[in-house]
Amino acid sequence: MTPLGALFYLFAALGLGAAVLTATRRNPVHAVCCAVAVFLSVGAMLAVLGAPLPGVLTVVVYAGAIMVLFLFVIMLLGLPAGDGALPPGRFLVPATLAAATLVALFALIGADPTAKTVLPAAMAGPAAVGTILFDKYWLAVEAVSILLFAALAAVMLLGRGKTGRKIAAAGGRAA
Amino acid sequence: MTVELLIGAGVMLVKMAVALAVALGLAAYMILLERKLLGRFQVRYGPNRVGYFGLLQPLADGLKMLLKEDIIPDGVDRRIFLVAPAVVAGMALLAFMLVPFGETLTILGHAVPQVIVRTNVGLLLVLALSSLAVYGLALGAWTSDNKYSLLGGIRGAAQMISYELALGLSLVPVVMRARSLDLSDIVAAQSGLPFAVTEPFAFILFIIAALAETKRIPFDLPEAENELQAGFHTEYSGMRFALFFVGEYVNMVLLGALIAVFFLGGWHGPVLPPIVWLGIKVLAVPVFLIWTRASLPRLRYDQLMALGWKVLVPLALVNVLVTGAILVAA
Repeated sequence: MTPLGALFYLFAALGLGAAVLTATRRNPVHAVCCAVAVFLSVGAMLAVLGAPLPGVLTVVVYAGAIMVLFLFVIMLLGLPAGDGALPPGRFLVPATLAAATLVALFALIGADPTAKTVLPAAMAGPAAVGTILFDKYWLAVEAVSILLFAALAAVMLLGRGKTGRKIAAAGGRAA
Repeated sequence: MTVELLIGAGVMLVKMAVALAVALGLAAYMILLERKLLGRFQVRYGPNRVGYFGLLQPLADGLKMLLKEDIIPDGVDRRIFLVAPAVVAGMALLAFMLVPFGETLTILGHAVPQVIVRTNVGLLLVLALSSLAVYGLALGAWTSDNKYSLLGGIRGAAQMISYELALGLSLVPVVMRARSLDLSDIVAAQSGLPFAVTEPFAFILFIIAALAETKRIPFDLPEAENELQAGFHTEYSGMRFALFFVGEYVNMVLLGALIAVFFLGGWHGPVLPPIVWLGIKVLAVPVFLIWTRASLPRLRYDQLMALGWKVLVPLALVNVLVTGAILVAA
């Protein structure tokens, strides 16, 4: 195994372990910490695979922004903090479903004859990733951004509630 | 082959040791500089008892912090409580691996770049490390089991998420002009005019957003003394408290290095040797930050959020658009 290959499996194992911990922790803040570890491992895996840009973006977007928001909400809610793992009965069914999905995925990949060809090692620079993203897949990128924007607008509308709408209709500021 | 590897590892270790020593040494003396300058701004002397001109004060402070009792309050989540300050200080120190100190040197026929890690996603990696530092603050605050800490942590998390956006967007024009995310390339692109001259708006936006990211006055709401005692680090004592402080001052030095690299042309400059120029630029930024602290009062929380979302983000977006138009037209 090459050193990079060894690193890849190391980060994969770390990520998997952290993912299991994320799903089974009773304390939501511990779960968030484990989820951050998952995203850091995924970022490192992508970097080892020769794609540093998606790797760093995973860390910036998921670990640096989205999980901070999770933590923020947990802190605001002030949930009672348990400790240790959930009882197995709580995650047996979802875990079985997830395992079945994984098996099906591997079966599908195994059935595809092109999956067995080993790709040559390559390094994707930021410029190459950007060009493909905004040149070849620009429509998908735009569609996703519009979808996110629509979700944002919907949340704003729902979050303001009835009084907020009344104030807005009266021309005032909804604080 | 093995000899080459060993030499490479040795050079890397030396570079890491130098960067770590410079970062920590500067951070320690930054505290003295801040106290001295604040003293002068407030018409008093500042520390001048320990050593000539108070020069041994950082050493005395460090010793004091090390010898103090490390109190862990009841009801805290021990593991998180112990690790949180290290996350803050560690992320700030890690970011130094990306700062280029000069051109690539040639020593005995070997090319030795004066940077620990040169990567084509350097700028994004700096932003990633700065966004990970939020965890130290937020987790430390949450686990302290103290309402002042919790309020400080919530403020800190909200503030840092809000200003990260403006921080990232203000750097987009720099990347557009340098056509690279590599910090060494960004410095090389400023061999003529520095980006502070060609991109003045990006420069100002970056300074304001970065000021908020370092949580210093006028943006020090996470630790606003007169409302929250000491905010997120209320329950910390001894060296763990000092680690939060080290993180803050290393961040100041780091900010100086980043502003020097992104906007002030890094080590480029006339007459003086490159490393001196870099030093002057790196130190000018903390002096500016200290001066700001001595001059401005703290913002209110709603003012802080309004400034971030309603002023800085739209301005940064317009700046990206205008820069794009200028670059396309040119």
